[in-house]
Amino acid sequence: MTERSVDSDLVIVGGGGAGLRAAIAAAEADPGLRIALLSKVVPMRSHTVAAEGGAAGVARADDSLAGHFTDTVAGGDWLCDQDVVERFVAACPEEMVRLEQWGCPWSRQADGRPQVRFFGGMTTQRSWYAADKTGFHLLHTLFQTTLRYPGIERYDEYYCADLLVDDGEACGVLALEIASGEPVRFSAPAVILATGGAGRAYGQNTNAGIVTGEGMAMAYAHGVPLRDMEFVQWHPTTLPGSGILITEGCRGEGGVLTNREGRRYLQDYGLGPPEPWPRPKAMELGPRDWLSQAFWREDQAGRTVPTAQGAAVQLDLRQLGEARILERLPLITDVARRFAGVDPLHAPIPVRPAVHYTMGGIPTDAEGAAPLAGLFAAGECASTGIHGANRLGSNSLAELLVFGRAAGEAAARRAREAGRRRHARAAAQLAEAAARPALAMLRNERGERVAALRDALHATMERHVGIFRNQAGLEQACADLAELRERYRRGVRLDDRSRIYNTEWLSALELGHTLQVAEAMACSARARLESRGAHRRDDAYSERDDERCLVHTLAHARGEAAPALEHAPVTITRAAPQRRAYGAAAEAAGGEGA
Amino acid sequence: MAGERTITLEVQRFHPEADEAPYLQPYTIPFSEGTSVLEGLQHIKDRLDGSLTFRWSCRMAVCGSCGCMIDGEPALACRAFLRDYAPGPVRVAPLDHLPIRRDLVVDQSDFLAKLERARTYLIPADERTPADGAYRQTPEEMADYYDYAQCINCLLCYAACPQYGWDQAFTGPAVLALVQRYDLDSRDAGKDARRAVVNADTGVWGCTLVGYCSEVCPKGVDPARAINQRKPASVADYLLGWLRPSGGEGTP
Repeated sequence: MTERSVDSDLVIVGGGGAGLRAAIAAAEADPGLRIALLSKVVPMRSHTVAAEGGAAGVARADDSLAGHFTDTVAGGDWLCDQDVVERFVAACPEEMVRLEQWGCPWSRQADGRPQVRFFGGMTTQRSWYAADKTGFHLLHTLFQTTLRYPGIERYDEYYCADLLVDDGEACGVLALEIASGEPVRFSAPAVILATGGAGRAYGQNTNAGIVTGEGMAMAYAHGVPLRDMEFVQWHPTTLPGSGILITEGCRGEGGVLTNREGRRYLQDYGLGPPEPWPRPKAMELGPRDWLSQAFWREDQAGRTVPTAQGAAVQLDLRQLGEARILERLPLITDVARRFAGVDPLHAPIPVRPAVHYTMGGIPTDAEGAAPLAGLFAAGECASTGIHGANRLGSNSLAELLVFGRAAGEAAARRAREAGRRRHARAAAQLAEAAARPALAMLRNERGERVAALRDALHATMERHVGIFRNQAGLEQACADLAELRERYRRGVRLDDRSRIYNTEWLSALELGHTLQVAEAMACSARARLESRGAHRRDDAYSERDDERCLVHTLAHARGEAAPALEHAPVTITRAAPQRRAYGAAAEAAGGEGA
Repeated sequence: MAGERTITLEVQRFHPEADEAPYLQPYTIPFSEGTSVLEGLQHIKDRLDGSLTFRWSCRMAVCGSCGCMIDGEPALACRAFLRDYAPGPVRVAPLDHLPIRRDLVVDQSDFLAKLERARTYLIPADERTPADGAYRQTPEEMADYYDYAQCINCLLCYAACPQYGWDQAFTGPAVLALVQRYDLDSRDAGKDARRAVVNADTGVWGCTLVGYCSEVCPKGVDPARAINQRKPASVADYLLGWLRPSGGEGTP
């Protein structure tokens, strides 16, 4: 059934920023390695391309690694693993410089040094940026740099359908070549998952259509727990309806948010006073969880602005002036004109929160190693422990560079030590078994349309696992998801039964994975009996509870049943939990700790 | 819903195993003021015909996946709006000049191979390490190449280029613009390595100055300008090549 096979030293699944950075690191560490880089899209189509605002790394004389550490830990509501955060912030500046040396067109100061900008929850300017196309330039720079390394063999438009695990060790993947629909076995002693997040579990999101969570789901199905899946980030400023991202960089440059009454309402949510503006860690430069929650409350109070696509608030850039808007925010200007019919030079952009980022994922150590021999994860699909309960803007592009590199280097070491072909025989059998359910779907005569199941998933997640949650809603979500998984198992009916470029088939396979990840999200949320970061409840658990809940959540897959949940300790090295504070409250405390 | 507007999309279909030649299939769908052509295609795939095949991803004109011919013009489906084609019908076909894999999906491999051959990555004079720090590059120096760095590799310019339609050996607008992007970067010293691609008959001299590539570019890259900016240097290389037998390897 799987006649085609590729033997490599290292398989990387995902050609976004993390996968490409890992590939380069592995090729640099060992030029003799044969690296198979699989991606379901040509790498420059990956979702990293849509990141806009910036990548964090201490750059200014008035900044410090301790400052980046403290902001990250406080921003994560103390659920961060502080040992990993320490390593992360220390590695960020080097990665930004490395990218510069590969050609990334970072925005510059007049004297030619890279420029940095303000971002939410960050004490000072430390987000490196390339206008408002940071992810685009970062991704293309990495992609073009991979062309230098002959050891990196690309398999563009290969969909990874399953991980191959033999005797407790990852030994490859089973992929479908999209052009032909043929299964192809990739064998290697080390596998890096760099498959991105799972934002498409929700209807309204900033994510590309490809962000469907299958890397997480594959690891999960093979016994790797998913960690902290209840923490889903809503980005506070996206276009109503489509969810297209309007970067935090807008606010970093001085944009303001107003409600229906024209009031900068964030002053009513512990983020004021409004002036002077812009200033760090206050008002519109508060953290994303607080801003999205403030929108929700404004909406409940009837102070949002109705639009044809639902409630919104106004993001006003006009005070920046035309020159600055066009220089710093050219993409936003084009997007607002095209997709919202608003010219930000002359009118505010209507915005609202939408799902943006999956804080949780495959647990890894600081080298990117997952708790399964031979398996590594990097980027949004991983849970390194740096984001805690709420990621700060511009820490994710930094993360995929730092941990992409770490995973690439660690996987290269593993590949050298383990050697090829130990599992060759088992891998062939495993690949056969892995291909069977995917191929069987093409012959299925009964069942529901992909879109029907996907719409039901979105409705449940938006309604019950939203910005604010409560026990009854989460119970309902868990029940709905169990039922949806059952409906999926009963059958998805495809109009398209052919092998060649069958994207309906691929979306059905993706949906199976997304459903499983969504169930882990809902069940993890139900088990967290407190409010922390992006997990906010409006029931009896509306406060943070360090006594009982300063722990990671681990969801273990149990086949068709709901996951088993356990909790694991958070590593705290030097910042004891404090009350999070922004605006005047933080300024009164001398800007320390919060 | 009462009063809902509808439009007919005539979508070009082709399945290599089933069809001898491409044909048009009409689909009538509802739309509103903000519905993109891509959303129209998604509506068809989700509700009417799951076999309709097209690429898409970011839906905000930055990933470059969804290029196609819309009423005969190369465009990103996510950035074109059905309201602008009303009352219709609007015709959606795969990008011109590229082999069709299925329906609206074209083969991108020729472009990717050319990108690799052209060495469109930074080739420094001396390998630097992070300890050496970032290069200094003033905003003015950056402006020399910045517009060319905005290419999203969507291939609309290849569909627009009559020269590429006539001779697929032509390196083509986007790759030549990306060569110029690196050649003009003050950090780069790789011009010599890229010279063979630029100076070949299939390089800048293949361009016949139509300029349609620049018109259709959704990112304002202006490949036509990049190519013609490069022709004088290519002439100089050619003349120096006569004076110096090793001309191809020398410094202009």
